[in-house]
Amino acid sequence: MPEQTVLEVYRYLPDEETEPRFQSYEITYRDSWVVLDALDHIKTEIDPTLSFRWSCRMGVCGSCGMTVNGEPKLTCETFIRDYNTETIKIEPLAHFPVIRDLVINMQDFMEKLPTVSPWLITDEDKPLEAGEYLQTPAQMARYKRFSMCINCMLCYSACPVYGLNSLFTGPAALALAERYNLDSRDEGTQERSDVVTAHDGIWRCTYVGECTKVCPKDVDPAGAIQMLKLSYALDWAKSLVLPGRGR
Amino acid sequence: MTAKPDKTAPLFWLLFAGGGTASAMLLPAMVFVTGVAVPAGWVAEDDLMALIGNPLTRLVVVSLVFLFLFHWAHRFRYALVDLGFGGLGKQAWLFYGTALAGTGLAGLAALRL
Ligand code: FES
Repeated sequence: MPEQTVLEVYRYLPDEETEPRFQSYEITYRDSWVVLDALDHIKTEIDPTLSFRWSCRMGVCGSCGMTVNGEPKLTCETFIRDYNTETIKIEPLAHFPVIRDLVINMQDFMEKLPTVSPWLITDEDKPLEAGEYLQTPAQMARYKRFSMCINCMLCYSACPVYGLNSLFTGPAALALAERYNLDSRDEGTQERSDVVTAHDGIWRCTYVGECTKVCPKDVDPAGAIQMLKLSYALDWAKSLVLPGRGR
Repeated sequence: MTAKPDKTAPLFWLLFAGGGTASAMLLPAMVFVTGVAVPAGWVAEDDLMALIGNPLTRLVVVSLVFLFLFHWAHRFRYALVDLGFGGLGKQAWLFYGTALAGTGLAGLAALRL
């Protein structure tokens, strides 16, 4: 049976308005609706000026992240029926500048991501004829969890450290650095170390753990950062004992 | 973006992590022995005093106190940052200084035993 609910949606046109405001939309939703369906319904049936991002509708592309009742969520997999509140508050992801309504500017993240070289680095390129870089299931299991990141930026939105200091490299980028450091085919740990162990790299993380809590793909960025801290700190200690050996 | 490794952070983090591990694994046992087992008579006070009489034991205990206090100092320093009380530098020495002072007191106590 259809039910009524109210969506309180953040509206903001930074070029034209000095302050953001909230607009309420009363909608009849279906039990199977996710928040993104409701926003789509509003856009097509009630108010075509509302702006938000989405693409895959199946929790893969990472573009529909928003703050739902105060929590960063992928709106394409967040069911309205799971909220018992009278109204559901929809805001853009926190800690990012707003371009318009629920659309945030992701430039900071896009600039940070390549700084950790999130790709396979090898000392020498193998000729094609030499075949694939083989890997055992156990070797893959070491990094697989950290490879599931879809760059949705929910972790940045949840991270209080990033909220206070936007220079912090941040959870997703650092988790990806660890993903490649752990890959048996990769030889780029040293190359990544300058950025990863910089003042605003891993050491800024205070292990609040919110990134891991909100990650829709169970990546555990907080765990990845702790692993990075341990391995780089031990390398640092080794370099004291055996100069020339550390990173 | 040019980035260079933070040279002091690994030392601070290793001491913090070591302090956390030591606090979790050893502190409850130490509190249990000195606070419960000895007063209850399950461990003879003389045996404990004989153990602590060894200079090596004292050194280990004072080092552990340093790690415990350092862990506290580092955690609190960063907790204040998380809570929005300013930069990392400002209150740092208040916390680390307190940890060092506490270790000094533990050292003095160990010498007087
Ligand atoms: S629309 Fe692609 S993850 Fe939600």
